[in-house]
Amino acid sequence: MLALIALAGVAVVGMIALRGVKPVFLWTDVLIYLLVLVIAGVVIYSRQHEHLRAPWRRVWRSRAGMAALVVLGAYVLVGLLDSIHFREPLPPVDRSESSGHSVEVLSVFDKLAEPLRLRVEKTYSAPLAAQLYAREMQELPDGTQQRVYPRLQYGGAHLNDPETERSADIVVTASAGLMKGLGIAVLVSLAIVMLLARHYRTTPASALGRIMRAQTAMAWHVVLLTLAIILVGTMVLIELSGKYHVFGTDKVGQDVLYQTLKSIRTGLVIGTLTTLIMLPFAISLGVMAGYFRGWIDDVIQYIYTTLNSIPGVLLIAASILALQVYMANHPEAFETVADRADARLLFLCMILGITSWTGLCRLLRGESLKLRELDYLQAAAAFGVSHARILSRHILPNVMHIVLIIVVLDFSGLVLAEAVLSYVGVGVDPSMISWGNMINSARLEMAREPIVWWSLAAAFVFMFILVLAANVFSDAVRDAFDPRLRAN
Amino acid sequence: MLAYILRRVFYAVPILIGVNLITFFLFFVVNSPDDMARMHLGMKRVTPEAVDKWKQERGYDKPLLLNRAEDGARSVTNTIFFEKSVSLFAFRFGSSDAGRDIGYDISQRMWPSLAIAIPVFIVGILVNITFALLIAFFRATYIDYWGVFLCVVLMSISSLFYIIGGQYLVGKLLHLVPISGYDDGFDAVSFVILPVIVGIIGGIGAGTRWYRTIFLEEIGRDYVRTARAKGLSEPQVMFGHVLRNALIPIMTGAVAILPLLFMGSLILESFFGIPGLGSYTIDAISSQDFAIVRAMVFLGSALYIVGLILTDISYTLVDPRIRLA
Repeated sequence: MLALIALAGVAVVGMIALRGVKPVFLWTDVLIYLLVLVIAGVVIYSRQHEHLRAPWRRVWRSRAGMAALVVLGAYVLVGLLDSIHFREPLPPVDRSESSGHSVEVLSVFDKLAEPLRLRVEKTYSAPLAAQLYAREMQELPDGTQQRVYPRLQYGGAHLNDPETERSADIVVTASAGLMKGLGIAVLVSLAIVMLLARHYRTTPASALGRIMRAQTAMAWHVVLLTLAIILVGTMVLIELSGKYHVFGTDKVGQDVLYQTLKSIRTGLVIGTLTTLIMLPFAISLGVMAGYFRGWIDDVIQYIYTTLNSIPGVLLIAASILALQVYMANHPEAFETVADRADARLLFLCMILGITSWTGLCRLLRGESLKLRELDYLQAAAAFGVSHARILSRHILPNVMHIVLIIVVLDFSGLVLAEAVLSYVGVGVDPSMISWGNMINSARLEMAREPIVWWSLAAAFVFMFILVLAANVFSDAVRDAFDPRLRAN
Repeated sequence: MLAYILRRVFYAVPILIGVNLITFFLFFVVNSPDDMARMHLGMKRVTPEAVDKWKQERGYDKPLLLNRAEDGARSVTNTIFFEKSVSLFAFRFGSSDAGRDIGYDISQRMWPSLAIAIPVFIVGILVNITFALLIAFFRATYIDYWGVFLCVVLMSISSLFYIIGGQYLVGKLLHLVPISGYDDGFDAVSFVILPVIVGIIGGIGAGTRWYRTIFLEEIGRDYVRTARAKGLSEPQVMFGHVLRNALIPIMTGAVAILPLLFMGSLILESFFGIPGLGSYTIDAISSQDFAIVRAMVFLGSALYIVGLILTDISYTLVDPRIRLA
C-alpha cells in the first residue's frame, strides 16, 4: 500500500515538475502497475488472516531473508522509477503553439539520471578514467603529431593534471559520498527507531536497545544495517558519477553504470510479469485438473505434457522467430522504437510463461487431488455447495502457499534466463538495455587487446546481487510456508 | 513389462502430434511462406518471381493442408503440412533452408555434443554427490549452513559468467588449452576439457543443494534410526544405508535427462566453437533457418518422451516394490 502511494506520489510530482510532457503507458508499465496492485491486495489480505500472518512473521524474523528483502526493495524502487514513461515536448518552433512531442520515450529514472544518460564520451574509457582507452592522433601546439590518449569530455574533466591529481580526487570524492551516505543512513535509522518506539510505546532509547539486541519481532537490526550499506553505496556512486564514469563507458561512449541500472527494469519485468501472466492459467487449470479428474484432467495433462516436452529454449526461439518475421512484415503496428521493444518484451514474458507454467500446474493438480478427498471437502460437497464455490473458497486458499513459494522461487531463474536468451538471440529487443545484451556485446570486448572488462563486470555485479537476494529471500519464504519443512 | 512400454510409446504419439501442430502453426500459419521468403531475401525490393523461386526450391510453394489440384491421397500428401511436418514422424528431416541434409548433419554433429555432455553428466553427478554427502554428514553445523550458502551463491551466477570466466582464466591467462575449436579423435581432448570443467562447475551449486535435500530426507527415515540403534558407525550409516537408498531418486532423476544429452548444450558449444547439435541449433536460430529449428524441436520432444519412459522403467529396476501395469 505504501509503495503504491509512494509510486502515485512520485508520478504526480514528476508530472508537475515536467509540465507539458505527454505520459506514455507502455504495455509492460500497465502490467507493472497491475502487479503492484495485486501485491498490495495480497498484503492487505494476509494481514487480515492469522494463518497467513504466522508464516510471514517467520520470514520477518529470518535475518538473511530480511537483508535480501531490503536489497530487493532497492532494485524494485529503481525498476518502478524506470516504469513511468513520458515523451518530452519539443521546443516550440514559434511561441504561439507547441510543436508536438519528441519521439524519444523517457522514464522518471532517465530524468533523475540525466547526467549519466547525456554525458556520452567518444568511445571506450576505463572505470574512473580521465582519458580514453584508445590512442588517437592529435596535433600538439608545436605543430607535430603524436598518438596520445585524449582527455575525456566529461570524466575527470575538472582535473588539470589527471596523472597526479586523479587518485587523490577519487578518494576525496568517495569519502564525501561516504560521509553523506552515513549521514543519511543515521537520519533514516533515527526516523525508523522513533516510529518503532511509538509502535512499542517506549522511549526511543529503549527501542534502539531492543533493536540492537535483536529482541524485536522483526529482524530490524539487519534491516537497518542493510539499508545503511545500500545508502552509503548509493551516495558514493552518486558523488563519484558526478565527476567520473564509475563503470567506464562502452563502445559508443555511453556510461556503463547507467546501462546496468536501466537493465534492472528489464530483469524485474521478465522475472515478475512472466509469473503474473502465467499464474491465472497455472492456477485455474491445475486446480481444475485435480478437482474434476476424468476427461478434464486428461485434457489438461495432455496440454502440459506436450508443452513440457518441447525444450524450453527451442519453443522460445521458434516463437520469437515467428514474432520477428511478423514484426518485419508489419512495421506500421509500432509507433516508436520503445513501443516495438516493449511489445517484444511482453511477448517474451508470455512465451516464458507458457514454458514455465507446467511445473506449477502439475504441483497444484497433485495438491488438489489430495485436498478433494479430505473430510471437510466431502462435507461441503454433501451439503450441495457448488463446484465454483468449493474451488474458490475451499481449495484455492489451501494451495496458495504453493503458488507463493513457486512464484518467489521462479523469479531468479527467469532473470538468469533473460541473459542466456539474449545471448542466443531470442531474448529482448537488441535496442533494449538488458544484462543479457550487455554480456552479449561484452563477449567481443573480451577478445580485444587490451581487454574491455568493465561492461561485463558491471552486469555481473548488479545481476549477481539481484539473483542472490532473490534466492536467499525465496529460501526464507519457503522455510516459512512449506508445511513439510515446518514439521521438522 | 513389454506391454507397458508399448503402451507408453503409443501414448507418446498424440504428444508428438501436438508438438508438430504447434510448430506447424508457428512457422506456417502465423507467418506465411511468403513472409519467410521476403525475410530471407531482404525486406525491400523483392520481386514476386524471386519469392516464388525461393519457395519452389524449398518446397514451400504447395498449399498448407489440402491440395485441391490433386486427386485422392495425393491431395493430402502433396502439401506443406504432410511433407514438412508429418514426415518428421519417420525421422525424415528433409533439407535445411540453406539446402543441406538435416539428417546427415545431425548424425555428424551428435558426436561432439556427446563428447561434452557425457563427461559433464557423469563427473558432474559424482562431484555433486560427494559434496552433498559431505554437507549432509556435517548437517546442522556451520559447515552445513555456509556450504548451503555457498551453493546459493554459485547458483546465483549466470552460466554465461562461468563460461566467460573459464575461457579468460584458463585459455587466455594461463594458455593451457585453446579457447575454442574442435578436432577429431584423441586431439579433441584438449578442446573438450575446458567446456567440460566449466559445465561441471556451473552445475555444482544447484546439484549439490538438490542432492543434499534428498540425503537429509533419507537420514530422517526409520531404517537409519534402526541402523544407528544397532550400533553402526556414522560413516557406515552414511555410505552403507543413506547413500544406497538416496541413489534411487538421484538415478531415476538422471535417467530422465539422459536422452536429452544428445541435444548438447546450447551456450557451452557455441561459446567454445564445438560443432555439436547445440551450436547447430544456435546457428540455425541466428540465421533463421526454420527447417532446422523445426527438426530440432521435434527431436527434442521425442527424446524428452524417451526420457520419461526410461524413468518409469528404471524405477522398476532399482525399486522392486514398484510394479508397472
